[in-house]
Amino acid sequence: MSALSFRNVWVEYGSQIVLERINIEIASGSFLSVVGPSGAGKSTFLRLILGQERPSQGAVLLDGKPFPAEPGPDRGIVFQRYSVFPHLSVLGNVLVSYEFEQRPFTARLFGAARRRAIEKSEALIEGVGLAEHRDKYPSALSGGMQQRLAIAQALARRPRVLLLDEPFGALDPGTRAQMHGLIKPLWRDLKMTIVMVTHDIREAFALATRLIALDRPRRDPQAPERYGAKITYDLDLTRDGAVPVLGFLKTGMG
Amino acid sequence: MNIAPARGSRMVLAAIPFFLIVVIYIMGSAERRAANPEDKLLPPISEMAGTTKRLATEPDRRSGDYVLWTDTAASLQRLLLGLGISTLIGLGFGLAVGLLPIAGASFGTIVAVISMIPPMAVLPILFIVFGLGELSKVMLIIIGVAPCLIRDMSIEVQNLPREQMIKAQTLGASTWQVAIRVVLPQIMPRLIKSVRLMLGPAFLFLISAEAIAADVGLGYRIFLVRRYLSMDVILPYVAWITLLAFILDLLLGLFARKTFPWAYVEEPR
Repeated sequence: MSALSFRNVWVEYGSQIVLERINIEIASGSFLSVVGPSGAGKSTFLRLILGQERPSQGAVLLDGKPFPAEPGPDRGIVFQRYSVFPHLSVLGNVLVSYEFEQRPFTARLFGAARRRAIEKSEALIEGVGLAEHRDKYPSALSGGMQQRLAIAQALARRPRVLLLDEPFGALDPGTRAQMHGLIKPLWRDLKMTIVMVTHDIREAFALATRLIALDRPRRDPQAPERYGAKITYDLDLTRDGAVPVLGFLKTGMG
Repeated sequence: MNIAPARGSRMVLAAIPFFLIVVIYIMGSAERRAANPEDKLLPPISEMAGTTKRLATEPDRRSGDYVLWTDTAASLQRLLLGLGISTLIGLGFGLAVGLLPIAGASFGTIVAVISMIPPMAVLPILFIVFGLGELSKVMLIIIGVAPCLIRDMSIEVQNLPREQMIKAQTLGASTWQVAIRVVLPQIMPRLIKSVRLMLGPAFLFLISAEAIAADVGLGYRIFLVRRYLSMDVILPYVAWITLLAFILDLLLGLFARKTFPWAYVEEPR
């Protein structure tokens, strides 16, 4: 189970309101896309789930319980860049998460435990199609391959929630389509909840089961910082038939 | 800008300035000798070679030491001790200051202030506090080198993408694990680079300390024979010190390339 709920969440930096009155229940196993213009608080939304940031008001709950306000292994993340460790090989990048898990002090595995962890890592690397590159360093990989590696790495600890922060934004269209073909079955097989922030509307519609748009519905020209972003659209994409547009406006316009 | 020499011609090009210096020196030396056979300022290379051979292979009449080697051993011991301790301090404190906001808030400013103290100005204090023995010379190197290394390392830690720390934590890493598996290996190439750059200052502090109070050492010897205008000792010693520093620098560079190949993939050679 990995349901996320936002209960009346506000995020403010000093007098600047970034997010206001965010209420959303994200069902376990859903694939949520978050779209919106730059500066509408998409990344803040993600950082709240990640635990990198705390709400000024309200609460973010994972399965009904608050979680520690720091990143942890139950929530994995893939960033647009800098997601993999440049000093570790492809195998080492995945292996290191098992080493973190099993050896609190040395963070290094040896012998049989290492062999078992290598087997698990190799299965993950195979799953994202990097088997033949297992001993290369990330600098020798293309952008798409680095993101594949980042996904394999993020899956190693079996996170309940996988966060994707514009993961395919820096990739060319062909590679991006390949990545879409990769992420969808992974999500289905592992039954995680995925929250993906993206700029690409087509990608948001193609992958997700639900899509929300964040935007600032009100603007005060004298004090633009006084109104934060809200959820302006909340679309259920699981229904069969034509693409839903206006009929599924659930939360209203503030 | 676009014309790059091939490997062979690169070596020839590199050798030309050295060759020119030697030629100019020989000409100057011969000129002065012709004017004054007693000239001490620019001794001919044969005389320097003879003196070097004597210092390296014949025991000193008074002490029975092979002067060049005892000087080298004493100086290298001080230098390596000072640099080694500085490296450990720089790495440990630099990592803590860069990674932990609490350590940064506590030590960041004091390190910045200490690194502005001119080490030579505190040399008298070191001699008074630590005596005239080995300790004060090693301390001078540490005081001169360690604060710079701490600052450099902490900046390097802070330059690591924040995403990596977050990612490591989502893989379950504790702060300690982030420090030893994510940060430490990534700042090691920079540490070696900084230590290479600090070789020059370290030698400067070493020679200065030895010049003022020592009874053995490369700097001590140079400043001892200075009184007799013995350029035939000073010049080979300077060349020898330069060679030592150059070799140390080369070894550190090779070590870094060998140990951290991922940090050098983008550089040719």
